[in-house]
Formats: sequence, structure tokens, C-alpha cells
Amino acid sequence: MTRRLTFNIFRYNPQDPESVPHTDNFVLEEAERMTLYIALTKIREEQDHSLTFDFCCRAGICGACAMVINGRPGLACKTLTKDLPDEITLMPLPVFKLVGDLSVDTGTWFSAMNEKVESWVHTNKKMDPTVQEERMNNALAEEIYELERCVECGCCVAACGTANMRQDFLGAVALNRIARFIMDPRDERTEKEYFEVVGTDEGIFGCMGLLACEDVCPKQLPLQDQLGILRRQMGWTAVKQLFHIAK
Amino acid sequence: METIYTDLLSIGAGLAGERVAVEAAVAGFDTICLSIVPPRRSHSSAAQGGMQASLGNCAMGQGDNPDVHFQDTVKGSDWGCDQEVARMFAETAPIAVREMAFWGIPWNRVVPGKSTYYKGGKQFEKVEAKEKEGLITARDFGGTAKWRTCYTSDGTGHTLLYTMDNKAVEAGVRVHDRMEAISLIHDGETCMGAVARCMKTGKLRVYLAKATLIATGGYGRIYRETTNAVINDGSGAIIALDTGIVPIGNPEAIQFHPTGIVPTHILVTEGCRGDGGTLLDVDEKRFMHEYEPTKAELASRDVVSRWMTHHIRQGKGVPSPYGNHLWLDIRHLGADHIKTKLREVEEICNNFLGVDPITQLIPVRPAQHYTMAGVRTNKDGAAYGLKGLFSAGEAACWDMHGFNRLGGNSLAETIVAGRIVGIKLVEFLKGYEVKFNTQAIKDRVAIDKERIERLVGCKDGRENVYAVRNAMQDQLMDKVGIFRNGKDLQSAVDNLQVIYERSKKVGLHSNGIGASPELSLAIKIQGMLRLALCVAHGACVRTESRGCHAREDFPERNDGDWLKRTLATWKEGDVLPTLNYEPVTKVIELPPGDRGYGSTKIIS
Ligand SMILES: Cc1cc2nc3c(=O)[nH]c(=O)nc-3n(C[C@H](O)[C@H](O)[C@H](O)COP(=O)(O)OP(=O)(O)OC[C@H]3O[C@@H](n4cnc5c(N)ncnc54)[C@H](O)[C@@H]3O)c2cc1C
Ligand code: SF4
Ligand code: SF4
Ligand code: FES
Repeated sequence: MTRRLTFNIFRYNPQDPESVPHTDNFVLEEAERMTLYIALTKIREEQDHSLTFDFCCRAGICGACAMVINGRPGLACKTLTKDLPDEITLMPLPVFKLVGDLSVDTGTWFSAMNEKVESWVHTNKKMDPTVQEERMNNALAEEIYELERCVECGCCVAACGTANMRQDFLGAVALNRIARFIMDPRDERTEKEYFEVVGTDEGIFGCMGLLACEDVCPKQLPLQDQLGILRRQMGWTAVKQLFHIAK
Repeated sequence: METIYTDLLSIGAGLAGERVAVEAAVAGFDTICLSIVPPRRSHSSAAQGGMQASLGNCAMGQGDNPDVHFQDTVKGSDWGCDQEVARMFAETAPIAVREMAFWGIPWNRVVPGKSTYYKGGKQFEKVEAKEKEGLITARDFGGTAKWRTCYTSDGTGHTLLYTMDNKAVEAGVRVHDRMEAISLIHDGETCMGAVARCMKTGKLRVYLAKATLIATGGYGRIYRETTNAVINDGSGAIIALDTGIVPIGNPEAIQFHPTGIVPTHILVTEGCRGDGGTLLDVDEKRFMHEYEPTKAELASRDVVSRWMTHHIRQGKGVPSPYGNHLWLDIRHLGADHIKTKLREVEEICNNFLGVDPITQLIPVRPAQHYTMAGVRTNKDGAAYGLKGLFSAGEAACWDMHGFNRLGGNSLAETIVAGRIVGIKLVEFLKGYEVKFNTQAIKDRVAIDKERIERLVGCKDGRENVYAVRNAMQDQLMDKVGIFRNGKDLQSAVDNLQVIYERSKKVGLHSNGIGASPELSLAIKIQGMLRLALCVAHGACVRTESRGCHAREDFPERNDGDWLKRTLATWKEGDVLPTLNYEPVTKVIELPPGDRGYGSTKIIS
């Protein structure tokens, strides 16, 4: 039996003075192997051309399509309708600025984050194109990759109590990013420099450790471990700072 | 009208756009990238396989060097590429890979000792050398003499793009995301920038620049079934074509991939077949061995795609709500193998199909995959026809791919071309001043405003933009696909011309205020049809088979008549593109010969 799915979708166009936040219902016949990408695209093309949402890769790779699906942040393209009940409620991610309906402005938030944590390899070396690359242990490369898999989807930020309360909280994603660079021998930043970025209430000391972030991460990043390691490391640095011994 | 001045305007913030931008920003030039999505969501992130560079560190890559890479690339292109460009590319690729390592890519490294690998369904052993430990390693990817594809696990495009954007942030490149270029500003001789529409507010903005770069990626979305991201709808090629001056090189050169999953056409790796996976039809019977008795499922990408399409046309496809497809069967490889060697495939099937490939069949069919075609440039990346306009990456026809791109050569192209074009662009910017012709700017803005008003007000009709786009996609998919013939191609051209007339009557069904995805598509729909006509007409006129352009009625590669590149322009008011031709290459280092795979009939 094919199911009839009812989608309750949050609607609001902040650019339109006549628009007010409300919910619209759409009914769609389920088809086999249907994802929310297939369903929403069909609704837009066949029922309401103004419906606004974001998809890009539709393959769980780019992080564009995060939304709140029946109360839980997740990637819409990676969600099969068969795993959902007949009624599906879709809301935009909180914390981020609304563009329209299910679409939010993650770009501004993440570019600010990348600037703040200085998300790049800091080095005084100069690249010499004529010489062989520096060696690296493959196991270390894979460990770095493990943390680098974050797709900046924003699910962890949306699920985080602290981030919902304070706009300046960096979020698990930023802390994970810093952990990635601490692990990378090519980055020459000192402990003290990292501390300046994350050793604050906006950073690791603002985190309440409830781990909603790790629960919702579609890439299953080990956020809990990274937050724990950072908290210990930065706690130590804070102590050393007190005695002026941190480098 | 809000107007922003900059030295370099890159339309596109994928790997190619950002690599060029980094070069300019580091040299001290003010640089802005526009992007439809936040830069890290660009489609470059989707490439999983890896990128080619002849480092020769791994055991199976021993003896590799730029000469071998060059030869593979030229052969791969079926001699359709510019050999000078292919040479520069092969020489620069190792440097570009090392540069990316320096900037932070966690490339997989050589691990000394024994390990196993699969080829042609069989298991083999190899031994990595102790003295190479820790150097950048490589894996196998179709069509190459050596293992040369550098990678980071299953996320090469992702790590490349994140590292590139990190570098861009460091260098001070500004990215304006959700900002879609909708036209180029030019006076017939010089390009002065672009008009863009903000996809948050719907407002138009003028960007004036000394140099403008088109790095908008491929245009797979003019096809119904494609592995490309949903934003890859050709707007970069469209705004170039709309100048009436800048040509699209080889618009007919389009590559397909045999195994996109149905319905989303996410690609599953050819490794499935390499490791012994088979293709089944509606009766759950194998069929590839009937068409290709020796190689069966292991025949090359284009050959397998063609027979799959043929078999579906013979009525052997499996019906589904999303059209007919075939099955990929990897069940017999066993849970151990699938969970380790084909982990991504297992994940894709479970996550995006709800299918467990250990016990179930995977629905697949061929899908459009890569655009060798693009904005024609010279070897420095300068576009033909307009001063101050450049192009790089998949959007460009720089032309190292000719009629067939080798797997792993396109990621490599983005960072190699990005580097080379970036250096040339910096040379160009030094000491260059441009006069902004205010009349040309005013005229362009007026045209774009008027276009939008007419669409929103349904001044020319109420044609449904999605219906028009779907009709176009059907024509290309069904008649300008993998197998081509004169009759179908001509019919596609005829039908696309009718659909083109319909596209002129499109009117919005929503109010068009704000982000408006409908308006965004409506603005480019006519351009998409012009582009589709370039592809179909270009393919119809090219009466030979070369690389991915496979004509059933002209199965031979015809070097006597067709060792040349198509240049398509669109004159305002015309109903068909103007096609001109140029020799494929000025320098011939490797004379045309046999590729050693695919069709071998050659007319010289
Ligand atoms: C599924 C898949 C797997 C692949 N795997 C591999 C692989 O393993 N190895 C390999 O070598 N190649 C692979 N490729 C090909 C390779 O990924 C691409 O060719 C390459 O990444 C293209 O990079 P780019 O910078 O040219 O374009 P993109 O990364 O596509 O970037 C285009 C940019 O332009 C912007 N843009 C587009 N239009 C506009 C506009 N009108 N205004 C403003 N901005 C605009 C976009 O927002 C984006 O920022 C794969 C391709 C696909 C589809
Ligand atoms: S553990 Fe920290 S970062 Fe994660 S959700 Fe809780 S407060 Fe937020
Ligand atoms: S850490 Fe996970 S949830 Fe957070 S942005 Fe990255 S991928 Fe998304
Ligand atoms: S669309 Fe890219 S992750 Fe969903």
C-alpha cells in the first residue's frame, strides 16, 4: 500500500511585507526510495512554486539541506520518507538567520566562524615547489581526516542549548575544527594561541557538555571526545596561564 | 543600484574559482568570489575518488612521470585536446598536489609492506617500499597506465575544497554567497564585471571588476539524469553565450557515468564492477557478456553506459515510478568485502535508497556526469572574444580533456588551471586599468530589470518554468545522450527549438519576492535552452565518433575531417547557434593514434 504523506511545512518570507509565519500542509503519495529531497522538489514543482529550501549535492556531502525534521535537526537529502511517520513536520534550523521557509543563512555564520578560529594552517615556512613533500604518517593523516569530515551543516549548532541562548557561542563545530588543527603538525600555533581562541566562555568553557551536538551530527563526528580533550587541555593551559608558564 | 568595485571578480567559489582568487589576493589584489551556495558547498566537495598527479610514490605508480600522465590525458581525450595545455597540466599537477599538502590536505600516505587489491574481479598483492613511507600515495582510477590518483579516504573533493577555502579566508578573499551572476557587463570588446541577483533578498547588484573569471563548474542539470549537484545548471556558460561573442568550446562533449542510483542519480563507484559486481536486467539476468563477450561488465565507462541504455531500450529495463532502470548486483561479494572495500557504496545504498546491498539489488542507470565543454579560453585562461574575461575549471574549455575526461583529471584541472590561470591573471592585472563604460552598465541593468519585471508580471505568458525545463531535459537525455544518431539529434534540435519558443512565454506562478527559487530558474530558462541547442546542434553536425561523442551512424573517429574543436556562439535573435571550428591543437607532441580501448576504427 502506498502511503499518503502529509507535510506540515513552516512558511515565512521575510522579504514580503504581507507574509506572516505560518504552517502549510501538502499531501503527497509516497513512492519507493523517496527521500525528502525527492518529496520537497516534487511539492515545489507540482504544488507551490514559491516553496523555498536548500539542496545542493543531494548526497549528504555538502551540508546544505539541514532542517528540523519532526523535531530533530538532520540532513533532508539523507532522510528517507519510509523512516518517517505519515505526518512530517519540517521547520528551518534555529540560531541561523531565516532566508525563507526552510532555508537559512548558514554561509554568514560559518564564514564568521572560520575567520574567528583562523581555520587554516599557520606556518612560517615557505612552500618550495621544487622539493618533495614533507612526510606524514598515514595513520595521522587519517586521524586528521576523521575530524575534517565536518560538512558545516549546522545541525550541532541548532541542537545546542548554549548556541540557542548566546549568539557568540562558537559551537561544537568550531571546537572540533580547532581540535583538527591542534592535531596537525603543520600548524605551528602554540598552546597559548589556541587558548586565546577557544579558552573562553564563547568557546570550550561555555559548553555545558550535554552532547546534543554529537547525537545529531550526520557525519557522526566524535564531538564528545574532542570536547573532552579540549576541555582538559584548555583547563591546563588556563592554570599555566595563571602561573605565566604557557608558551 | 548597489555597485561594488573590485580587481578580480570570480563568478564561482569552487576549487577553480577559489584557487585563482587566492593567487590574486596573495598578490595584493582586491578579490571577490560570487557563489550560489556557501563556498564549501560547491560541487567540488562531491568528488570522492581523487586527483591525478604523477608523483610515482606508490608501488603501482613506480616509474610514473609527467610524460606518462600527458600521454594518458591525450589518449583519453581521443586526441581532441590541446596538447600544449595537456603538457602544462601534467607538468604542474605534482606541484599543485604538494602545494595543497602544504596548505593542509591530509593526503593518504604510503604505508610500507604488503597489501591486497582487486582488479577485474580478481585479488592481487602489492608491496610498498620502505623508503617511500609517509610520501603521498595514489590509487587506481580508470584509463591510466599507472596508479596516480592521490586521495584522502573517500573525501578528496571535500578536503581539497575545505583547505582551499581556508586558504582563501587567510588570504583575504571575500566570498559573497547566495549571489548569482545573471549577466556579464561588456561593451563588445571589454568585460567589466557582472550583474548579480542576491538569493537572500532578491535584489540586483552590480559588480565592476578589472578582470572577471567564470568558474561556475559543469552544466549537468540541463540533462534529466545527472550526477551533478542541483545548482549545476549552466548559468556560467549561459552568461558567456549571451554576450554573443564568447564561444562555448565543444558543447557536444559530454560524459556519462554508468551507475547513478535511481531516483537521485548519486554516483556509485565503478569499483563495484571492478571488484566483480554484475549488471542485471528486469529478469534479473546478466546481459553485458552478450554485448561484450570478453570484458562484459569490465568494459570501459562509455561502452558499459551505451549497452545499458541499449538494453533498457530493448524493453529489458525494470519499471519504477522514476522510469526504467537496471540492477547492480554486488551481493555475491559478501558482507566482509562490502563493509570494508565498498563502504561508501554500502552507506549510499542504505542512506539514500533504503537498500541493503549485501542482500538486495541496487537500482542504477547511466547519468550525465561531466562537461568537457565550456567557455573557450586560450592556454592562459583568457576567454575568446572579450578582454578581461577569464575562465577556469569545469566551466572552461581550456581544453585538456578534449572529448573524454579521465577520472581524477578534473579535480586536478581545478587546482592546476587555477594556479596557472591565477598567475597569468595577476600578470594581466598588473598595470592594467579599465574604463567603465557607464552606458553599457546602465543598459545591462535595464535589460535585467526588464526581464525580471516581465517574468513576475507574466507579461509574455504563464508557461510553467518547471514544465519547460523538464521538456528540455527529456530531449537531451533521450536523444543527445550516450548513443547518438543523425535522426534523433535532428529531432532533438527541432523539438528544442519549439521548447525554446515556449521558454520565452514563461511567467511566474508565485510572487517572485525575496529568494524566489522559481524566479531564479525563470531568469535562466531561455539561456538553458540556447545552451541545450548548442549541445544538440553541435552533436548533430559532428559526423564522427570521438571519445564520449558516439554516433551510431558514424562509428569511426574521423581525423581527416574532424580533428577540430567546435566553437558555438549565439547571435541575438537567432534560433540556432553559429558553429565555427578551429584546429584542436597548435602543437602536436603525440600524433593521433589508437587509444587502446573503446572504438578503434579511425579515418585519417
Ligand atoms: C559525483 C561527482 C564525483 C566526482 N568525482 C571526481 C573525482 O573523483 N575526481 C575528479 O577528478 N573529478 C571528479 N568529479 C568532477 C569534479 O568534481 C569537478 O569537475 C570539479 O570539482 C569542478 O570544480 P569547479 O571549481 O570547476 O566547479 P564547482 O566546484 O562546481 O564550483 C562552481 C562554483 O560556481 C558557483 N556558481 C555557479 N553558477 C554561478 C552563478 N551564476 N553565479 C555565481 N556563482 C555561481 C557555485 O556556487 C560554485 O561555487 C566528480 C564530479 C561529480 C559530479
Ligand atoms: S556539548 Fe557543548 S557544544 Fe555540544 S550541544 Fe552541549 S553545550 Fe552545545
Ligand atoms: S560537526 Fe557534524 S553537525 Fe556540526 S556542522 Fe559539522 S557535520 Fe554538521
Ligand atoms: S544537499 Fe548536500 S548534504 Fe543534503
